[in-house]
Amino acid sequence: MAWVWFHRFGSAPYFYRVARRLTPWFAWPALVLCLAGLVWGLGFTPPDAHQGYGFRILYIHVPAAWLSVQVYVVMAVAAAVGLIWRMKVAHAVAASCATLGASFTVITLGTGMLWGKPMWGTYWAWDPRLTSELLLLFIYLGYIGLRSGFDDTARADRASAVLAIVGVVDVPIINYSVVWWNSLHQGPSIIRAGGPAIAEPMLIPVLLMIVGFYCYFAAVLLTRARGEILRRERNAQWIADELAAPGSSVGSGGGSGAIAGTFQGATAPHSPAEHGRI
Amino acid sequence: MTQFLRMGGYAVYVWPAVALTLIVLSLNIVWARRALALAQRDARRRLVIGRREAV
Repeated sequence: MAWVWFHRFGSAPYFYRVARRLTPWFAWPALVLCLAGLVWGLGFTPPDAHQGYGFRILYIHVPAAWLSVQVYVVMAVAAAVGLIWRMKVAHAVAASCATLGASFTVITLGTGMLWGKPMWGTYWAWDPRLTSELLLLFIYLGYIGLRSGFDDTARADRASAVLAIVGVVDVPIINYSVVWWNSLHQGPSIIRAGGPAIAEPMLIPVLLMIVGFYCYFAAVLLTRARGEILRRERNAQWIADELAAPGSSVGSGGGSGAIAGTFQGATAPHSPAEHGRI
Repeated sequence: MTQFLRMGGYAVYVWPAVALTLIVLSLNIVWARRALALAQRDARRRLVIGRREAV
């Protein structure tokens, strides 16, 4: 059963169609959850005993930090699947992760610095947690840079996949940096033995934000992956069908009726006027 | 409201953090949608060329 599922998602038309349909189901919850978490977290949480209202930065810092690492894991797994099974869809997903992951890492570092200044007295310290997170940003940027160095997408996929897989060593280092070394950064406070170390009224908005960030990631990733798949698929019939389907276009309104007329089989009549509209 | 904006004296740290996050997340939405729209446009063009060659 698992293999049927696996093979289905390996099929570009299937993935493209499912991604298109799923996107709004992630996009709207993402908006609602993030808004709720942000308003609740920034507006209605009691001040921390030590950090006053400054701790509210953590409502964006924590979800961003989770995602920065999780996106990397998704990217590396997708890259490995693409490399091992030569699956174009997996490579498309991996390539779509990089900008998103780098963005979450930038948010993590930026908000962390803005939190560190009042709490630690410095924007930056060469602390294990901070340094390994900075390394993650460089790995993302290296991945993006490596990809852009190739004209051939298939070669870019293979080379960047190797980099993504090797870079995975940084993930446990980030996760356990606060445990292994005597870090300035506080230890894990949500997932830890003995339950969360955060009081409930402060915890719920964090959880809303984390789920909201996951939904945001899914929606943007699926949109990007569709673009990547279209770039990889050349002259396939399903693209013609898909682009002709109503509601399939993003930011390119109009013209789909003409496309439907133009691409439905070799016998379909078409006029120069239709080409003009495309 | 003023109290909310002042963030208990942490306003200079909290609001830039929020702004940075919103800007970066919004940019990613714009980039992803633009990349998809471009890919769709290119695919349409390729299909038109392929169709013409087939005829």
